[in-house]
Amino acid sequence: MDPKIKMDALYVPSSDVVAREIEGELILVPITSGIGDLEDELFTLNETGRDIWDKLDGKRSPRAIAAELAAEYSAVPGEIEEDVRGLLEELLKRRIVVEGGGR
Amino acid sequence: MWARKGPRLGRLDLELTERCNNNCIHCYINLPTNDEKARGRELSAEWIKSVLREAADLGCLTVRFTGGEPLLRPDFEEIYLAARNLGMGVVLFTNACLLTPALADLLKRVPPLRKIEVSVYGMKRASYERVSRAKGSFKAAWRGIRLLQERGIPFIVKGALLPPNREERPDFENWASTIPWMAGRPSYSMFYDLHCRRDRKKSRSIACLRLDPKEAVRELAGDARKREGLMEFVSKFSGARGNDLFTCGAGLGSACLDAYGTLYPCIMLRSPEVAYDLRNGSLKEALDGYFPRLRKIKASRPEYQARCARCFLKGLCEQCPARSWIEHGCLDSPVEYFCDVAHVLARELGLLGPGEKGWEVADGKKRVAGRTNPAKKRNPHGRADKECPGT
Repeated sequence: MDPKIKMDALYVPSSDVVAREIEGELILVPITSGIGDLEDELFTLNETGRDIWDKLDGKRSPRAIAAELAAEYSAVPGEIEEDVRGLLEELLKRRIVVEGGGR
Repeated sequence: MWARKGPRLGRLDLELTERCNNNCIHCYINLPTNDEKARGRELSAEWIKSVLREAADLGCLTVRFTGGEPLLRPDFEEIYLAARNLGMGVVLFTNACLLTPALADLLKRVPPLRKIEVSVYGMKRASYERVSRAKGSFKAAWRGIRLLQERGIPFIVKGALLPPNREERPDFENWASTIPWMAGRPSYSMFYDLHCRRDRKKSRSIACLRLDPKEAVRELAGDARKREGLMEFVSKFSGARGNDLFTCGAGLGSACLDAYGTLYPCIMLRSPEVAYDLRNGSLKEALDGYFPRLRKIKASRPEYQARCARCFLKGLCEQCPARSWIEHGCLDSPVEYFCDVAHVLARELGLLGPGEKGWEVADGKKRVAGRTNPAKKRNPHGRADKECPGT
């Protein structure tokens, strides 16, 4: 079963992933096995995804991130929360983010 | 991913050593394992890591480790991990002989993200070692391949069509088809580039191994599917190349660093005329300044201008500045062997009539279009329509 995101927990990028900014795109490159399907498995994030990624500092919960982005985008918080949840569940499933924080 | 603009450096080829544990009869580069002079000149791991860091800053996502045999370097693991920790995928060209359980475990734990490319020289000890000229190499290679298989590390195999192993081709292909990461049949070396440092003795013996052009054409265009693929390719890359020397992608977002710190626009090219001393420069300067200047060089040799510059068969011909230099010591000379292969191939595809030369055809693109577009299909040499690959 796919992991579920807890909206009040803390998440950080896995140390087994390198985030590279190339020509304005953020590319996530797995370092160790077990992330994605391994072969040619690079992930790119769109603009919203990147904004979420940048806030994954282990100090802000998904709910707090969504609230900040809703204010920045002048958007409805509920919609942004769904975007944050969707992306983080995808990243958690692939072990690109892990639960943890306080750093 | 790079629809608008690519990274400054898409791929870096790193030739970690020119030395090899094998001494293959067809190899264009290898030096003996114990060549102390070569070993002494090789770049240090620290220096290579600094190049990798600059490559990563320039957006490089893929590094190819080649040689010689890259696994000969005792610091291979350190260099490999440096590339992977910088977020690069690694293509490893190897004969697999020097793979150890520990290294295979590392490749499992920290995967290269690209398939390892293993060159296989024979299915039997006798054939393999007649090619590799290294006692024990057959057993070592198959042990290395087993280490990859046991761990499920993605790899593909490549062959070389050579007199000692040609009869084993069906066995090789049957076995290759069981490798889950193979996308179709294995690719083969068959044209064999002469020695890249212009070692005349080695070049002479390599030349003897090349397939006869007619035989090469049977390999390349032996059935309708192959001919169709070739015609599709030719339709994209036909037309005279003119006096521009570099009509390929050499130096455009890629580069090759040799084992001693000299950077070239392509993995094949070793001419001092196009060498960039990276020990006294930077990848950025080479990519932004030196390579673009090289790409403006024009061919000036009359023979090239009379033939290659006007020939519409560029999509079928392997002639390039690298091969010109390897064969003749200059960047702009026709290479007779590749010219012969291209012409035999063009006749097979119905693009040339008997005795006709590619540079004599004024409307080459039109002729190619006539053979590839069924709506405009023409038959310039009176061949039966059923032979046209487009049908």
